[in-house]
Amino acid sequence: MTVQDGPERGGGDVTAPAPPAAARDLGGGTTSAPDEYRPSARRVARERYRRTRTRRAFAVATASTLATAAVLYALIVNSPGWDRTRQTFFDAHYARISLHPILHGLWLNLRLLAVCGAVVLVAGLLMALLRTLRGPVFFPVRALATAYVDFFRGLPLIICILLCVFGIPALRLTGVTNNPVLLGAFALCLTYTAYVAEVFRAGIESVHPSQRAAARSLGLSNAQAMRYVVLPQAVRRVVPPLLNDLVSLQKDTGLVSIGGAVDAVYAAQIIASRDFNYTPYVIAGLIFVAITIPMTRFTDWVAARMNRRQSQGGAV
Amino acid sequence: MRPAILPSRHRAALAAAALLTLALAACSPQDDGDSSAASSPSGSASGTTAGACSPGGLATRTAGKFTVGTDNPAYDPWFVDDKPSNGKGYESAVAYAVAKQLGYTGDQVVWQKVPFNSAFSPGAKNFDVDINQVSITPERRKTVDFSPGYYDVRQAVVAPKGSKIAGARSLADLKNAKLGAQVGTTSLDVIDDLVKPTKQPAVFQRNDLAVAALKNGQVDGIVVDLPTAFYVTGAQVPDAKVIGQFSTTGTTPEQFGMVLDKGSKLTPCVSQAVTALRKDGTLAALEKKWLSDAVNAPVLK
Repeated sequence: MTVQDGPERGGGDVTAPAPPAAARDLGGGTTSAPDEYRPSARRVARERYRRTRTRRAFAVATASTLATAAVLYALIVNSPGWDRTRQTFFDAHYARISLHPILHGLWLNLRLLAVCGAVVLVAGLLMALLRTLRGPVFFPVRALATAYVDFFRGLPLIICILLCVFGIPALRLTGVTNNPVLLGAFALCLTYTAYVAEVFRAGIESVHPSQRAAARSLGLSNAQAMRYVVLPQAVRRVVPPLLNDLVSLQKDTGLVSIGGAVDAVYAAQIIASRDFNYTPYVIAGLIFVAITIPMTRFTDWVAARMNRRQSQGGAV
Repeated sequence: MRPAILPSRHRAALAAAALLTLALAACSPQDDGDSSAASSPSGSASGTTAGACSPGGLATRTAGKFTVGTDNPAYDPWFVDDKPSNGKGYESAVAYAVAKQLGYTGDQVVWQKVPFNSAFSPGAKNFDVDINQVSITPERRKTVDFSPGYYDVRQAVVAPKGSKIAGARSLADLKNAKLGAQVGTTSLDVIDDLVKPTKQPAVFQRNDLAVAALKNGQVDGIVVDLPTAFYVTGAQVPDAKVIGQFSTTGTTPEQFGMVLDKGSKLTPCVSQAVTALRKDGTLAALEKKWLSDAVNAPVLK
């Protein structure tokens, strides 16, 4: 859609205070009186033309969208298997009976997301800082952090969870829980900390070295430069990829169900495999999407606010 | 004067339209001829007489072959060594017996790995019958066809000898236990409907995960069908025992049935075959051969 340049004015006798000369429309218009602004005929024509183009573009877009939707709808509804698909995937009865168990399971997903998300953000940032420590004395720390990240980024999450949920209790250590949910959460934290550490490190390394140099020349210590100059910029830059990981974590929380706990997707699966109907999966999927969308909007808003503050030179 | 070349916008629109048409043509419905009978009532021999089941000449997926599906891994005692094609284990033996009854020789039987979830998906099936300890229920009949039951199922509780429910004598003794079962099994329904424990039962994707949790003490006991229960205590967890079995709920005993596509042309013939095998005692003999360990366990009332 086109953007109108300036406020729309009626093409007639609008009396308005004269704009300052700098803002005066330079469309070759003649002003009849010094205190009265009349858009020139050329400008009126141009704006009318633009309006018609906008309307036409909108109409074309609407028509093509409707046509595409109609074709897809006709294609799906007239497919030979549509009746069975509808009964198997979109059955109101199963939607009703599955909603409560799914929401009950979702509560587990959300608790896991809150706890693991917080742990992962802190631990990931810590891991990234360990990897970016300077000086030869810290080599073993850097090496260990690098080894950790490499290993857990490469290890498939499902295997990590299996090993934690069924392997740790097999050791029969005293004082170590054998609660599958806690062990599964631990496995999630292990894997996602590695992902998030890399995201933070990318952010830290994307801050120009001159920033650090300037901070150091102002007398800030290495730690202070990191804390007050580098990290604020680094974190702001990696908000979108962090959200990616958080959304991904939200969906992966379901994997702790390997240990027998029932999350939203698993609750759907229990009903689906009991009655051979897939509707609960559709419901669970829609609920997850519905949760993710507000989360995305929220982070967009946070990122925008951060950027506004930065460009205004406000407090970081 | 018409321009010789269309303005680029029009060309783009045309190209888009052409692309859309192509895409639609590519995914336009291909009726593979198996959905015509989607509404025939299952189990009813819809006009099929015994003569229509010509030996070895059924309308199977691959002509002259009888494709049998089961999940991977295939568990004892239903299969042996995770090899359905060796004819060992109760379900493998039943599948070969049914194939023979239908006029297929052993080497005409093709085994296909079919995950439990895809056994009841509405799309075209890649098997003629699926034999995978699937219990017959009225709800499931809406989605798939079943052969008549080839095995009467009883559910049982397995617990480590040191578990707090090791001495359970009644359903009430299981009330406060953390029980586990496999997803999609009637074992889970037994826990929910019969035991109604105070703790949410643990649900496992596969039986071996349930057994692992049992070994680790993450659940007090697991509910499985009786032959599996005796296999678990006999081979997998020697220090566990079968606490007891549940009395059959409701009026009809629970049965395992072979799964066929909804409205499959084979359903009447396969049903006849299973019924015949039950009548002539073949099923009982196979059960005695492969599941003889599943002797009785005390019934929990």
